[in-house]
Amino acid sequence: MEVKPPVPQVPPPGWGDFKDLQEWEKYHQHRALDDKTSNTLASIAEAIHHMPGGWIVTTSTEKIFNWARKSSIWPVTFGLACCAIEMMATFASRFDVERFGMVPWASPRHSDLMIVSGTVTIKMAPMLKRIYDQMPDPKWVVSMGSCANSGGPFRYGYHVVKGVDRVVPVDVYVPGCPPTPDSLMYGLLKLQEQVAEFQKTGARPSPADRD
Amino acid sequence: MTSDAATGRIRERFGVEAALADGAVQVSLPRERWQEFGAFAKRELGCVYFSWLTAVDWKEQGFEVLCRVENLDTGLAVLMRTKLGAGEVRCPSLTGFWRGADWMERECYDMFGVVFEGHPDLRRILLSDDWEGYPLRKDYAVDTPFTPYR
Repeated sequence: MEVKPPVPQVPPPGWGDFKDLQEWEKYHQHRALDDKTSNTLASIAEAIHHMPGGWIVTTSTEKIFNWARKSSIWPVTFGLACCAIEMMATFASRFDVERFGMVPWASPRHSDLMIVSGTVTIKMAPMLKRIYDQMPDPKWVVSMGSCANSGGPFRYGYHVVKGVDRVVPVDVYVPGCPPTPDSLMYGLLKLQEQVAEFQKTGARPSPADRD
Repeated sequence: MTSDAATGRIRERFGVEAALADGAVQVSLPRERWQEFGAFAKRELGCVYFSWLTAVDWKEQGFEVLCRVENLDTGLAVLMRTKLGAGEVRCPSLTGFWRGADWMERECYDMFGVVFEGHPDLRRILLSDDWEGYPLRKDYAVDTPFTPYR
């Protein structure tokens, strides 16, 4: 069923005008789709791309943007279980992901990456989805550890989601129980390789497509 | 109070077999005397500490509710248990004697579906409110669908 957004008002409706948070999110999603100003940059890039020789400019800016994207991936601090301890070790001074430009940030609104570090229970999955939805595009997800990859030792339990890819799309899977900081760092470097190939279309190239 | 003295008093008062095993005085009670024994254990045996409460699903024989209470001054521990009977899910609540029984009985209700009569606020505590079934029952299938995540 098509959900009609409420008619935009000035000033925009406040919290009290919506039945619940879902209604609020629906309204703002539709607003973003209808908002012509937010597509200005994209349409300028498209216009330049179709000019004679313009593709040289757009493809090289794309490379610069991707270099900037991959060099400042901010992961949202989102720890679920024992894997989070290893994730914290990765963030801390001994391994120090900050030299890759990664700043663990305590807000999904400013983050590019969600490291799902641990067991995702059925009760936690809606909250995880909501945090993922709150992150601005483009965004990436690293599934860390056996539990997030497939359910791990709890796969045959009654309460665990059998892989976080049933909830959000995943870019890099890091195996291990829990993965060492080295493993996670390897996964993060693999993610940087992916981000370097990121296209505006949102297509994620597989490693075989590169070079 | 020592374990021997407690065993003697339980036999005398309730007429059921009580014996020291695994560091606790183990006593099996009929369901009707569950609350009476709770009051006795707290007030006369001095077991003020409520350790835990859980249940066992014996399939066609029905549920058994177990509970361990302790007297911290003398080190006396009492493990009380009651068989509810086949198909029976109702059990008297112990919340009147120990406040600690509150969440334990809610968890037991959550996992086994044992309905504690007299509990002030019996609802799910760990699982989400829209959960269907009781997952620690033997007849619960672990692949029960829970859309959209399973």
